[in-house]
Amino acid sequence: MADFEIKDLRASVEGRQILKGVSLAISMGEVHAVMGPNGSGKSTLSHTLMGHPGYTVDGGSVLFKGQNVLELEPDERARLGMFLAFQYPVVVPGISMANFLRTALNSKRGYDGKDKSKQVTPKEFRSMMKSELEVLHMDDSFLPRYINDGFSGGEKKRAEILQMAMLKPEIAILDETDSGLDIDSIKFVAEAVNRMRGPELGILIITHYTRVLEFIKPDYVHVLVDGKFVLSGGPEVAERLENTGYAEWGHAEEEPKEVA
Amino acid sequence: MATVPKIEVGADYKEKYGFFVPEEYVFKAKRGLNPDIVTEISWMKQEPEWMAKMRLRSLEIFRKKPMPKWGADLSVIDFENIFYYLKASDKQSKTWEELPPDIKATYDRLGVPEAERKFLAGVSAQYESEVVYHSLQESLTKKGVIFTDTDSALRDHPELFKEYFGTVIPPADNKFAALNTAVWSGGSFIYVPKGVHVEIPLQAYFRINAENMGQFERTLIICDEGSFVHYIEGCTAPIYTTDSLHSAVVEIIVKKNARCRYTTIQNWSTNVFNLVTKRAMAYADATMEWVDGNLGSQITMKYPSVYLMEPGAKGDVLSVAFAGKGQHQDAGGKMIHVAPNTTSTITSKSISKAGGRTSYRGHIKIYPGANNCKSFVKCDALLLDDESRSDTYPYNDVDAENVTLGHEATVSKVSDEQLFYLMSRGIPRAEAETMIVNGFIEPFTKELPLEYAVELNRLIQLEMEGSVG
Repeated sequence: MADFEIKDLRASVEGRQILKGVSLAISMGEVHAVMGPNGSGKSTLSHTLMGHPGYTVDGGSVLFKGQNVLELEPDERARLGMFLAFQYPVVVPGISMANFLRTALNSKRGYDGKDKSKQVTPKEFRSMMKSELEVLHMDDSFLPRYINDGFSGGEKKRAEILQMAMLKPEIAILDETDSGLDIDSIKFVAEAVNRMRGPELGILIITHYTRVLEFIKPDYVHVLVDGKFVLSGGPEVAERLENTGYAEWGHAEEEPKEVA
Repeated sequence: MATVPKIEVGADYKEKYGFFVPEEYVFKAKRGLNPDIVTEISWMKQEPEWMAKMRLRSLEIFRKKPMPKWGADLSVIDFENIFYYLKASDKQSKTWEELPPDIKATYDRLGVPEAERKFLAGVSAQYESEVVYHSLQESLTKKGVIFTDTDSALRDHPELFKEYFGTVIPPADNKFAALNTAVWSGGSFIYVPKGVHVEIPLQAYFRINAENMGQFERTLIICDEGSFVHYIEGCTAPIYTTDSLHSAVVEIIVKKNARCRYTTIQNWSTNVFNLVTKRAMAYADATMEWVDGNLGSQITMKYPSVYLMEPGAKGDVLSVAFAGKGQHQDAGGKMIHVAPNTTSTITSKSISKAGGRTSYRGHIKIYPGANNCKSFVKCDALLLDDESRSDTYPYNDVDAENVTLGHEATVSKVSDEQLFYLMSRGIPRAEAETMIVNGFIEPFTKELPLEYAVELNRLIQLEMEGSVG
């Protein structure tokens, strides 16, 4: 049995059903890519998996560590080991990235303000931070800045991956992490993600374009169209999409290759 | 389902702030308000005759003036059921060791000595109606700075006192200024001589510790030409079962090229009526800054103001209000541009939760001939739920030319997107909400000395507790 199992997931937004029965099994160490044209349900999938309140689950289950995570609050899912790298990271004014990261790290470790042994020490925090920043070609000048406030597109995406590196999830969902990034930023992000790859981590990359998959090689590729998987297979599926696009499923106008 | 972990800071709140120390009063005035009581207060304090007369005159003004019809509902205040003067110990203490033990216990729990060790220049802690503990760093004395309680100032610096007392806020200004002038007791008096910069903030702690006891402190600050001082008052109050009245008056004179910052973090218990008049006069190229944080109380009505008297004067108000269940924070600021080329800004941040109500009430007045003035008002309100309320009442009177006047107001809710984002990183809902609220008031918090910033964030955390289901 896989470590993370999505079974027949159905979800709707504002009364409109978007996911119409999605099943997917991820084992530790694997990288899965979900590809699909606009409106196919990609972001509904990522948001539903993490528990966004705007998405209603109509059926199915998501099993992880013996629990149906669909019954958990987003923070509980995160503490269980899930992570979502947002397509559009949210601006939260007045809270520094450093404070945010430290609070998140403490929550992840179960520090509730009492047991000081669980608290991340300033020294530990600094050293963790330092090595991750280097990989992402970032400097610590962004630490005192407010969460995503005034960040460029590339900075936002890198900050997401930085959070992932710090929080060390077991299941990471990367939602369109490549969109809006220049080629250098994609490389930095991919390098950081590839560093984390290993038997301790399962990755779900959600993307419209094949480009990011040149840098983060997937083990499996699934094509999502109209809320259902229409094709699943190995890396060759991405190659096929690169050549023919989503045309065979009636989305001829959409190119899976980003025009630079 | 999600379990909301208990936030640590709340655990010792009652222990730390909600305690009583048995009363041991040398003198206890009777409840109620009449000429005899006012005369007795003045007599007890051995005041000069002019002050006794001024008190009686003010009492008459208070009697004649109607209650304000705008703002919050004040009709529930029973003026006859309040103690107007209490004296906790006979004489002023100069050192910590000399303090009566019960008072010492109170301040031990408030952390006064610790705070002093850290960076206090002088502590002026008001216990009941009078300042009983007061220490002043030698360096201040050498510079000629006077930092004392207002009663002592009247006794020890009578000429300076008489020259300025009641000149910024005369008794007839409003009903509560009249009441304060009639029965005032305690408060701080600061005089900073020409060109002297007081590098360390001067601080005072205020508490109310007797049921139905009004607190009518009177503060007077004079910044002579080219001087600078930062005064901080922090207030925490024990929990009461019956209504309490706090009606202070703060008068500040900022002379040419001088700068004064007055910081307040107050957290009255939720039965206190907090009706305070704060006003400063700023002269040529002088700067007056009010940094005003209003938590707690049942009703607060407070609008720190700056009269910009001469060209180049600058006024700032930066305020935060938090209204929870059953609370109404009616706060804002007033900027009176009397002279040309003067500038002012008012930044107001308010948070309402659990049916609490915040109002921004502001007045910008630009007199004829006060040309080339600039004024900018920004008020942001954050509502934590659907039952809470926020209103904005800006009043502008502009009678001059070439004036730049800006007003910006926003009302927002804690957004689902922000909450989801923080929670998706493992941060529990309650903590995430508190973070967002603290982030919202960060422009205010960052103006505070670190200790107070930490304290304010903790108080916000306390206020937020139990607000999420």
